Amino acid sequence: MPQTEYVGISQVTGPFILLENMGRDAFYEELVDVRVPGSNKTRRGRIVSLSEKATLIQVFSGTDGLIPNETRVRLLGRTLQVQLAPSIIGRTFNGLGEPTDGCGPVFGGRRADCNGMPLNPMARQYPRDFIHTGISSIDTLTTLIRGQKLPIFSGNGLPHNQLAVQIATQARLMGSENFAVVFAGIGIKHDDAEFLTRELSEKGRTNNVVTYLNLADDPVIERIATPRMALTAAEYMAYELGFHVLVIITDMTSYCEAIRELGVAAGEVPSRKGYPAYLYSDLASLYERAGVVRGRGGSVTQLPILTMPNDDITHPIPDLTGFITEGQIVLSRELDGKGIYPPIDVLTSLSRLMKDGIGKGFTREDHPDLASQLFASYSHVQDVRSLAGVVGEDELSKTDKQSLAFGEMFENKFLKQGRYEDREIGHSLDMAWDIISTLPRGDLTRVSLDEIKAHIKN
Amino acid sequence: MNRIGFVSMINGPVIHASGMKDFAMREMVHVGDMNLLGEIIRMDGDEATIQVYEETRGMKVGEKITGSGEALSVSLGPGLIGGFFDGIGRPLSSLLDKEGIYISPGAETPMIPPDKMWDVTPEAKAGDMISSGALLGTVQETGLLLHRIICPPDIEGEITWITPQGKVSSGGIVAKVKNALGREIDVPLTQRWPVRTPRPYRQRLRPSEPLVTGQRVIDGLFPIAKGGAAAIPGGFGTGKTVTQHQLAKWSEAKVVVYIGCGERGNEMTDVLEQFPVLEDPRSGRPLMERTILIANTSNMPVAAREASIYTGITIAEYFRDMGYDVALMADSTSRWAEALREISGRLEEIPAEEGFPAYLPSRLAEFYERAGRVVTQCGENGSVYIIGAVSPPGGDFTEPVTRHTKRFIRCFWGLDKNLANARHFPAISWLESYSEYASEVEAWFQGNVDPRWGELREKVRAILLEDEKIQQVIRLVGEDVLPDDQRLVNYAAFLVKNGYLQQAAFGSDSYSPPEKGFAILDMIMRFYDRGLELVRKGVPISLIKGSDAVEDITHLREFSADDKSSFERALKKLDNHLNRVGAERTREEGSVK
Repeated sequence: MPQTEYVGISQVTGPFILLENMGRDAFYEELVDVRVPGSNKTRRGRIVSLSEKATLIQVFSGTDGLIPNETRVRLLGRTLQVQLAPSIIGRTFNGLGEPTDGCGPVFGGRRADCNGMPLNPMARQYPRDFIHTGISSIDTLTTLIRGQKLPIFSGNGLPHNQLAVQIATQARLMGSENFAVVFAGIGIKHDDAEFLTRELSEKGRTNNVVTYLNLADDPVIERIATPRMALTAAEYMAYELGFHVLVIITDMTSYCEAIRELGVAAGEVPSRKGYPAYLYSDLASLYERAGVVRGRGGSVTQLPILTMPNDDITHPIPDLTGFITEGQIVLSRELDGKGIYPPIDVLTSLSRLMKDGIGKGFTREDHPDLASQLFASYSHVQDVRSLAGVVGEDELSKTDKQSLAFGEMFENKFLKQGRYEDREIGHSLDMAWDIISTLPRGDLTRVSLDEIKAHIKN
Repeated sequence: MNRIGFVSMINGPVIHASGMKDFAMREMVHVGDMNLLGEIIRMDGDEATIQVYEETRGMKVGEKITGSGEALSVSLGPGLIGGFFDGIGRPLSSLLDKEGIYISPGAETPMIPPDKMWDVTPEAKAGDMISSGALLGTVQETGLLLHRIICPPDIEGEITWITPQGKVSSGGIVAKVKNALGREIDVPLTQRWPVRTPRPYRQRLRPSEPLVTGQRVIDGLFPIAKGGAAAIPGGFGTGKTVTQHQLAKWSEAKVVVYIGCGERGNEMTDVLEQFPVLEDPRSGRPLMERTILIANTSNMPVAAREASIYTGITIAEYFRDMGYDVALMADSTSRWAEALREISGRLEEIPAEEGFPAYLPSRLAEFYERAGRVVTQCGENGSVYIIGAVSPPGGDFTEPVTRHTKRFIRCFWGLDKNLANARHFPAISWLESYSEYASEVEAWFQGNVDPRWGELREKVRAILLEDEKIQQVIRLVGEDVLPDDQRLVNYAAFLVKNGYLQQAAFGSDSYSPPEKGFAILDMIMRFYDRGLELVRKGVPISLIKGSDAVEDITHLREFSADDKSSFERALKKLDNHLNRVGAERTREEGSVK
C-alpha cells in the first residue's frame, strides 16, 4: 500500500482543497485521507480534477479547521468502495458505508467500487413480473413490475414514507419469496429514519434489510455516496446472492441539492435553477441500476422517493427523474386533504412497464382495457367537476351527474384503503367493474364489447 | 511515424494532452493504459483537447495517447442488420461475450467480425469500367434484405478482378480496380466511412410519396413523406418512446435504424426481445431482419451519446445508397443536445440559451438535413426519413431544442399531457401538430386508397377544430344548453377521438392500414352528414345518437382490417337506425298535422 504523504495544501474553498505537485501518482476519482493537524482523525476525500500542476480534492466531511501548511494528504490507491459480504444483511451503515449499529466491522467478502458500471443492455431481461402490493390504485393502475424503477413524487407532509413502507411490507413477488429490502436514507430527519427502520424490521415479512443512513445533520457531501453504496449492495445481493431486492431511496431531493451545492462550490456553469448540466446523467447513473439480468437469479427494483419543491412537478428534480424512471407515482395534496389514503393522483401517475406485466397470464385478461377505461372516465370526472364549479352541480346533465357520482365512488371506495389493508388484485378489479358499471354504456369506449358482456350485468 | 501524446489534465470525459502536434483535428485516438477511445476536438499548438467516449475514472496524468489515423468512423457492409451497437459502433453482443454483463472501459471489438462469411453474387465482370455507385455484387443478408455492394465514392477505374459467385469474408475483398494512375485498388466487402461526413448522392427529389406508418392519426391527419423529417416532442410519460417503437415496427421502410440516445436500458431490451418475434405486416418475416439498433443508454458515457446520432445516420445513408427507403428513429435528440451542452460546459465555452452552446441550431440543421429522398450514386431512388423525439424540460415547447428543431423539420407531432393523462394514445395533439407534407402526398392516397381521401381529411380537421371551440363553451355552461347541430359536432368529434384517433399499441389494432382508417372515418362522416340532415329536420340529437349502432362506431377499431363483413354489418346497422329515426320523425309530423 502506498504510504506517501503530501504535506501542505495551497487552497481551501468550500468543500474543496487544492494540492500542487502531487505529480503523476494520483489517478482520477482516487480516494484520499486528509489528516487534520493536531488530531489523529482523518477525513475522506476524492480527487475531482487532476492535472500536471494541480489536484482538486473534495473532502467529504468538510474543510473546517484545516491549516493549509500542516494538512497532510495520503493517496489510498482506490476509488470509493463498499464492503460486500453476505453478513451485511441486517446491518446499518452510515452514508459512507461504515457500520453504525455497534456490531463491529463487516468481515469477509470483498470491496467493490460503488460507482457501478453501465449494464450492457443485451444482458438485461425485460421486466415482466408483476409485484402484488395489495394497494388497489397501484396494482390496477400503476402496476409495479419486478426490476422497475418507479419513484414516488411527493410533497412535504404527505404520507410517502407510510406508502413506501406499505409497499415494502406487503409486496409479494409472485412466485419467489427470496426477498430483501435495501434502504438508503439521504439527508432524512431522525424521526423519519426511526419510523422507516422500525416499520421495515417489525412489520415486514422479511428480516433481510440493509440500511445506509445519511441523516439531515450529517455532512452534505456524503449524500453523493449514500445511494451508490446502497445500490452496489443491492446489485451484489441481487446478481450474486440471488435476492429480489427492493431499494427504497429517500429523499432524492436532498441528493440533488447536494449535487447542486457541490457544483456551485466547484464554480461550474449552472443549468436550470442552478443545478449542474450533468444532473440528468448523474441521476441516470443511479436510476439505471435497476433491472433484471438474464441468467442471474435476482432483480433490483427501485422505489426512490422525492419531495417536489412547492409540489411543482416541472421542477428539474421530478422532471429529470420522470424522464429516466419507468413511470412515477404522484401523491396529491388535494386527495390527502379529503382524507383519502393512499392519496395517489392516478391520472398523472404512470407505470411504463405495466403494459407487459398485466393481462392474460399475468394478472387478468380484462385488466388492460379496464385500467384504460378507469383513466378515461376519471379524467372526464375532472372536466365535469370544473364545470360544476362554474354552473353548480344542480345544473348538470344526467350523464354529468352520473360521472360525478362515479368520481366519488372511485375515490372513496377504490382509491381509499387502510394503512395495513392488503387487497387481492382480483378483488380490486371486480371493485373497478362495479364502479364503472354505474356509467352509461356509451361512455365505455375503452373496454371491448365482449368484456362489457362478461362483466356488466343486464 | 511514431506519434505519442501524454495526458496532462483530466476532468470527466474531457482531457487535455501534450505532445500532440502531429495529430489531426477530429482524429480518433486511444487514450491511456486502459486504451479508451477518444476524439480530438480542439488543438492549440502542442496541446490538444480530447473528448473521451468512455469512463475516465482511474486515469493518471502522464499516460500515453496514440492515434488511429482516421476520424471517428463506422464499418459498413453485410452484418449490420439485426445488430445492436453502442454509440461508437461496438457490437454489444460481442462485448457481452468478452466482458460480461457490464460494459467496462477500453473494450475493443470490431463492428463486424472480419471472419464472418457471406454468399456474394457478382453483378459486374472484369474489364468493366466503374465509378462511385456502381453495383459490384449482392448478398442476401436476411430474408428481408438484399444487400447491394456498391463501389465506394472514392474509387474509379477498370475492374481487373472480381470475386466469383461464392463465399467472401467480411474482412475480404470483392474486386480489384485499376485507376487512372494505373494503381490497383482493393474494393473491400466492408468499407469504413467517417460518421460526421454525409455520404454523397446524385440529386435530391421532392418528397411526394407518403411513408405509410400504420398509425391512423399520422397517416390520416399528419402524414410523413419518404425522405421527410419529423419531430415528436412531449414531456415525460406522454408516449414518445411508444410512438417511436410503433413507427419502427410498422413503417413501410426497408431498413429501420433505431437510436436509443440517452434513454432507458430496458427500452432497448424491449425492442430486442420483441422485434425478433414480431412479424413485418407486409412480408410476414421477423422485424429484426430489417432493424439495426444503436444504444447509448442514459448511464453510458456522455461523449458517446453525442456520437451515436452520427453513427446511426451514417448507417442509414449507407442503406439509402442501395436504393432503399430507410427510417431513422432518434430517441431522444434532447439527450444528444444535452450531451453537447455537457461537453461544451467542460470546454468552458461561452453558453448561449439555457447553457446550450451557440452552435446547437447548426448541429441540429446538419443532422436533419441528412434526411431526404434522393437519386443515389447507383441511379436508384432511395430515402432516409428521420423521426426525432424531443424531451422538453417540463413539457415546455418553447425551450431551445424544441424551438430550433421546429425550424428544420416539416412534420410536427406534438404530444399532449392531458391526452396522455386520460390514456388517449397516441397522444398526438390534433390542434398543435402539423405536416407540411400533407398536400404533397395527398395525390398518392387518393390514387391508392380512395379518391375522397383529401376531402375527408379536411372535413375531420374542420370538425375537430370546431369542437375545440364548442368545448370551451361546454366548459363554461355545460352541454345541455347547446343547439343540436353543435352537439352533433361535439358528438362526431367524440367518435373521431375515441373511434379513430386512438389506437392501441398492442394487439390487432397496432397496425392499421390506410384502408381501415379510411373505412372508420367514412362511417363517422356518414353518421355526421346524415345526422346533420336529421337535426335540420328537427330530430332531437338524443334520438340520433341514442343507439348501439352509433355507440359501436367507437368499437370499429377492434375489428381486423380484413374483416370487411363486420364493417359492412356495422354500416348497415347504422343506416337502419338513422332511417328509422328519420321515418319516425316524419310520421310524428304527419300525425300532428
